[in-house]
Amino acid sequence: MAYSDKVIDHYENPRNVGSFAKDDPTIATGMVGAPACGDVMKLQIKVSEDGVIEDAKFKTYGCGSAIASSSLVTEWVKGKTLDEAAQIKNTDIAAELALPPVKIHCSILAEDAIKAAIADYKQRHGG
Amino acid sequence: MNYFQLFQLPAQFEVDLTELGTRYLELQKQFHPDKFAAASERDRLLAVQQAANINDAYHSLKQPLLRAEHMLALRGVRLNQEQRSFTDTAFLMQQMELRELLADIPHSKQPHDLVDDADQQIRQQKKLLLNELSEKLAHNTPHHDLAAADTVRKLKFFFKLQDELELIEQQLHD
Repeated sequence: MAYSDKVIDHYENPRNVGSFAKDDPTIATGMVGAPACGDVMKLQIKVSEDGVIEDAKFKTYGCGSAIASSSLVTEWVKGKTLDEAAQIKNTDIAAELALPPVKIHCSILAEDAIKAAIADYKQRHGG
Repeated sequence: MNYFQLFQLPAQFEVDLTELGTRYLELQKQFHPDKFAAASERDRLLAVQQAANINDAYHSLKQPLLRAEHMLALRGVRLNQEQRSFTDTAFLMQQMELRELLADIPHSKQPHDLVDDADQQIRQQKKLLLNELSEKLAHNTPHHDLAAADTVRKLKFFFKLQDELELIEQQLHD
């Protein structure tokens, strides 16, 4: 199966790979996985006091599409408020990366990862 | 279709693989196309269909994960082709750590020690989860079936890890 140029770009030069310290109160973590392919995705966001995502990092074990989807999402969420970031749809990710139908679940995983990170932040901050 | 009925086996997670193999050969013989060479076209088609069902059933009953998925499907819990993300954070953290361990193997000075370490951990976890799965399926209640479905999901991650580890091991030998 051929990957699109955008997938290859994100796969070869992934943006924002890594981890933040988990005990930092401004950091929230979303962990999701796909049992069918065994992919595991961790997405972390650093949130300012006024609820804006200042920075994001990810670590993904999975196929090129899963890595590209999470890499893209870390780029997209920076500068967004939590509510704006929660609006990111897997269909937008799939369209941007030109993912074929069999790889749509990778974009779903990335959407669920950012949603899980936002939920983690709100839970920690009583919101 | 109930594969257990087709093979006349009790619908339980523990399957006698020797018995399964024997039944498979018997059924295969019974529905072999040669036996239907002189039959009507309708009977021939039915026999071909049944032979395909027998193969699918054997394939599903032989492997513990597919067998569990089939049992759950019979009870109304469908796992195949689900696209919902798995969100058990503690479990996924452990997966992440094992993935990191696997990723370190090729760069290690003692790669074979790490392979053994990972292999042992994966086998041990798989064994625990398979026991857990068997126990949950035996209860046969909707509540336990949902819990069993989660155990199947966890096992899928471990089967995948084992495949990954085997690939890494092969590459070490190349």
